[in-house]
Amino acid sequence: MTETLPPPPGEPRIATRRRLPSAIWIVPLLALLIGLSMLVHAWLSAGPEIVVSFQSATGLEAGKTPVKYKDVVIGLVKRIELNDDQSAVLVTIDLDKNAKNFTRADSRYWVVRPRIGMGGVSGIDTLFSGAYIGVDSGHDAARRDRFTGLETPPTIINGTPGKAFILHAPALGSLDIGSPVYYRNIQVGQLASYLLDADGQGVTLRIFVRAPYHRLVSSATHFWNASGVDLSLNADGLKLQTQSVATMLAGGIAFDTVLGNDTASPPLASYDLASDRQSALAPPDGDPMLLRLKFDQALRGLAVNAPVEFRGIDIGKVQSVHVEVDPVSHRYPVVVDALVYPRRIDHSQPANTDPANKVLTFLHGMVAQGLRAQARSGNLLTGQLYIAFDFFPSAPKADFDPNSRPVSLPTIAGGFDQLQEQMAGIVGKLNKVPFDTIARHLDDNLVALHQTLHQVNGQVLPAARDTLGSARQTLDSANNALAPDAPLQQNLNQTLLELQRSARSLRGLTDQLNAHPEALIRGRQDSGEKQERTP
Amino acid sequence: MSPPRAQRLGVAACHLCTLVSDAPSNAHARCPRCGARLHSRKPASRSRTFALLCAAILFYLPANLLPVMRTSQFGHAVDSTILSGVMAFWQAGEWDIALVIFIASIVIPCAKFLALGWLMWTTRRKHTLGRKQRTLLYRAVEFIGYWSMLDVLVVGLVCALVRFDLLGRIEPQPGIAFFGAVVMLTMLSASHFDPRLIWDDPEHD
Repeated sequence: MTETLPPPPGEPRIATRRRLPSAIWIVPLLALLIGLSMLVHAWLSAGPEIVVSFQSATGLEAGKTPVKYKDVVIGLVKRIELNDDQSAVLVTIDLDKNAKNFTRADSRYWVVRPRIGMGGVSGIDTLFSGAYIGVDSGHDAARRDRFTGLETPPTIINGTPGKAFILHAPALGSLDIGSPVYYRNIQVGQLASYLLDADGQGVTLRIFVRAPYHRLVSSATHFWNASGVDLSLNADGLKLQTQSVATMLAGGIAFDTVLGNDTASPPLASYDLASDRQSALAPPDGDPMLLRLKFDQALRGLAVNAPVEFRGIDIGKVQSVHVEVDPVSHRYPVVVDALVYPRRIDHSQPANTDPANKVLTFLHGMVAQGLRAQARSGNLLTGQLYIAFDFFPSAPKADFDPNSRPVSLPTIAGGFDQLQEQMAGIVGKLNKVPFDTIARHLDDNLVALHQTLHQVNGQVLPAARDTLGSARQTLDSANNALAPDAPLQQNLNQTLLELQRSARSLRGLTDQLNAHPEALIRGRQDSGEKQERTP
Repeated sequence: MSPPRAQRLGVAACHLCTLVSDAPSNAHARCPRCGARLHSRKPASRSRTFALLCAAILFYLPANLLPVMRTSQFGHAVDSTILSGVMAFWQAGEWDIALVIFIASIVIPCAKFLALGWLMWTTRRKHTLGRKQRTLLYRAVEFIGYWSMLDVLVVGLVCALVRFDLLGRIEPQPGIAFFGAVVMLTMLSASHFDPRLIWDDPEHD
């Protein structure tokens, strides 16, 4: 009988602990995701790190100076430090991910600062914004992470449409990097760089001609230095030639294409840079020939580079002038070495002078005809001389040795000197005139003349006066006789009147006789007379 | 002898209107006056505080690493982070401004992280030492919370004022958004923390 109580109902276990974490954890998860995504983005967009060395870090600031290509920021200067021997500045640059092309081995880096030059002003925007590093991408397949920065900005950025050409010039002149290249006064390009030739004998210039003008450069193109002002005075008058004011100051290059065999030039084709337009467009000269001219006269005013002319045409120039000592004959001739371009005389001459070629035979023939070199005065005011080749058929015979080197050409005394000699001859003749004797004789003559005159004064003059007095008396009486009221005059008048009357009656008689010839026989008839008198 | 606790007396205060009523027997009890849910402690206080604190710390890294402001003068733009700004002011001799910015944007957020972290760690371990000081610390954290918004306000103000195009221009950068998020998350984190947890006794549980 035990009453057993039912066991109390067990308390249900209430699961209070949630299986899932609270929704609040989404917040830090989101934060984590955002942070991670930024990290991944930064890691993905991190580009290459490069080191560029510059001479100086003027205007550059670590962490601030951007690297720009076409004004788009592609990187940032991270660090600036000196290299080990403190000779250069190493600038560490963080490039963007998409700036991989700027690690090509031929990429160029330079600092863009405000620059003021003859050719213009550049980088003026950096005056306010601060300097930045400019970059030009390359084409090389090789990559680098160390570069040497340019000290001056390159004039031509890679990828600019156009073509580069090579010019050879004897000297740079007033040209500089960035000097303009003109075609018919339009600026079509720039001088990109220049380099002294390895042998130091010239300068190689690299110019860039922009599209579409690069098509104007062909194999028949001639380039010349258009720097400065070309002022020429010739028979046409004063001529001033210049490309632009900038060219006058900063120099420039111009080119023109001679119509004809023009084929498009390949890039980096090589040309010669002439010193001026005239020589650029002149037909090619060929090789010059060195001629030696010996003058027996002083050649004051003959400068190196003085022209050598043949019949007024420039065929060469003086290369050197010096005195030669001839110990045997004790003469001191002036030796002029002249470079002559035979092609300028005769275009049929071959371009390259061969010692035994026909140029010498040609010259030999000309010398036989009287060809002589003469130093002539080109300018009376300045006394500048030039060398003229001309024919003097009357000149004495001269030797011509075609085998001597350099070839010697006979000379003749120059025009001005000839004149001088003639003047000297005249002066010599004048000197021979016996001026003393002449003067003495003249003096004697003058004394005699004086005596004669004295005599004339004392004796001849009084007699003459008397004669003149009687002559006047005669004239007075003649005057009286001719006066209007003189009896002679009256008588003459009366006589003349009488004569007039007689003439009239005589005319009446002749008229009567003309009309009536019978009157001589019959006497006068009145009727007829009346008719005659009426008209 | 400490006074009896609300839990032992079976009562709880409403979080919204602070009316003290019978302790809830289940999770769905509501306050008889305002109808808000009744809890004897803020629900999931520690985990929420911890989660928000973690998010704040995560955002604190980009807030300091990313630039907060871009100053452009004559087209030359300079990005500055909070720390670089402080250093710029310090080097310029404006040490007072540098100090204000440094305290408001670096010291206070860091101090809040440490304070909240310590409070959570001690309440988890149910430490009984320095309860009053810890409560004071919590009140301080709560009070000081919005003062860290100073940076955000400064950036917002100068960005709105300095707009001279080429001459000068200040633009906000993503860093300041993260910094604002840090400040808000720490404030939320602090508000989710229930300071009564500090006083909960382990032996009476």
